[in-house]
Amino acid sequence: MDLSTEFCGIALDGPVLNGSGTFDVLAARRAFGDAVIEQFPFSAFVSKTITGPARAGNPPHRLWETPAGMINSIGLPNPGLERFVAGDLLELAALPVPLIVSVMADSADGFAELVAAVAAVEGVRGIELNVSCPNVHSGLIVGEQPAETEALMLALRDLTSLPIIVKLTPNVANPAEVARGAESGGADAVSLINTVKAAAIDPDHSRTWLGAGAGGLSGPAVRPVALAQVRAVADAVSLPIVGMGGISDGESALEFVLAGARVVAVGTESFRDPAAGTAVRNGLAAALERRGFRSLAEAQASTLS
Amino acid sequence: MPAEPAADDRPLAPFGRRQCGVASAGNDGGYRLFTLTDEQGPRPAPGQFYMLASVSEWLGDSGRPYLPRAISVARVLGEAGSLRLEFLIDRIGPGTDRLAALTPGDRCWVAGPFGNGFSSPKQLSPEAVGAILVGGGIGIAPMAVLRRHLVSRGVPTRTLLGFRDRQHSGAVETLFGCEETRLAFEDGSSGHRGYVTDLLGRVLEGDDASGAAVYSCGPPAMLEAVRLMCADLGVPVELALESPMACGFGACFGCAVPKADGGYLRLCVDGPVLRGDRIATAMGGEAA
Repeated sequence: MDLSTEFCGIALDGPVLNGSGTFDVLAARRAFGDAVIEQFPFSAFVSKTITGPARAGNPPHRLWETPAGMINSIGLPNPGLERFVAGDLLELAALPVPLIVSVMADSADGFAELVAAVAAVEGVRGIELNVSCPNVHSGLIVGEQPAETEALMLALRDLTSLPIIVKLTPNVANPAEVARGAESGGADAVSLINTVKAAAIDPDHSRTWLGAGAGGLSGPAVRPVALAQVRAVADAVSLPIVGMGGISDGESALEFVLAGARVVAVGTESFRDPAAGTAVRNGLAAALERRGFRSLAEAQASTLS
Repeated sequence: MPAEPAADDRPLAPFGRRQCGVASAGNDGGYRLFTLTDEQGPRPAPGQFYMLASVSEWLGDSGRPYLPRAISVARVLGEAGSLRLEFLIDRIGPGTDRLAALTPGDRCWVAGPFGNGFSSPKQLSPEAVGAILVGGGIGIAPMAVLRRHLVSRGVPTRTLLGFRDRQHSGAVETLFGCEETRLAFEDGSSGHRGYVTDLLGRVLEGDDASGAAVYSCGPPAMLEAVRLMCADLGVPVELALESPMACGFGACFGCAVPKADGGYLRLCVDGPVLRGDRIATAMGGEAA
């Protein structure tokens, strides 16, 4: 089964990426050694989100298991732009697959600094914008506002010729409107969904469980929500879509492709199976064959009735 | 500033997860003890752990358990290629309930071994010639592995174990054999009435405590008491901590432990064994 595809001008040998912040390949190398590089489970790698200043992340507890899913409240721990560019980024750029770097800031200027610095590093093939953070000037979460999203893209568009992907939040009434803002601002692609806003209550102590008070739901529990949003966004824009949200096997990956995703990302399933990306890829090939598709491209081109 | 740990020579896990058969399973006191046959993994270092999930019925009627569970190995038998890994399970929720229900012939998903291992007493302090092991409840599992390892290397080792009651000490004979252990029971049903930290206090007060390194695993409050006691007396200590954990290999960032100098460690890759002076507290999310 031919699973090769093209995404924003990047040739990929398969359509399975990782969701940002769900696979730390450098930590995985400490646990698995070079086997994780030699058997790399994804066709492109998306880094965890990098911010200008270093972030320690949220106080524990950071996790809560739910029916067929989990809530996380991690808080984007990362070494900050300067240390990332001087250290981890060089190792990630040497991975055997294309590298996409995820960045987040609380202002357009902050984003601009990140985009310029990351784009200048050889080996970076794309940039994903994490827009789930409030803008320091407006107080609004960029990714919840079509106009803010468009303005941010317009401010960044001329800084790099690399593809820019906007990661959409599901916590809005109409994600397609935000996707339209990204498209008219010049984005090359959108990725969705980010985690669904969620709370974990500890009834033994009548308190919220997570150290930061609330978090984001992921895993198969969110898959139907994600499919609806991918479908709505695919109808609204002509941008390629990175579809994700509870993909756990080849069947669920195929559902996302049929809903309009060009490529897919595996996140939480990698926690259950470190090689889940490979399992999803192999499962997708089998799922396509069972449905009579002769290639991934055929499924990408098909439309839902 | 406490020194960062030395070069990483931990046994590496095969990439991905693998199915292992359940060879035996039984009740041991208030806990369940079961054995997996691992044909692919390396022999784990004392202190390392595995991520476990039953192959069937992992998503139960309630939609849980969903994530694999991080479980320390309690005993390692055989050699790489035909390892038998024993795990001690305390039923505290849907995941451990399901693992405790495994019977011979069942299959279990296994990833690991993960994490670091314990240091030798000499690595902890050039003056340390002996080891004091302090285990509480289900936390006796990594102490049992460490004890065998140290004794086989001729390290003088004393073992102090604490339990709620006699029922929960059932695995002591299996895991520690007839080796000398000192026991404390909160309900006073046998041994010392009170906490295992009372026993540690007495040992550390004695003259023979100088030159010892302390190793401990147990409930957070016990670990924090051990950590503070050792800090007061200047005795080097390594703690095997526990935390909710989604992945076990550094991917999820869920198992944050506050560092002594600010920020967090990831327990799965930086631990689960941490020097007492590297962390701000052993109380985990209960510290807030």
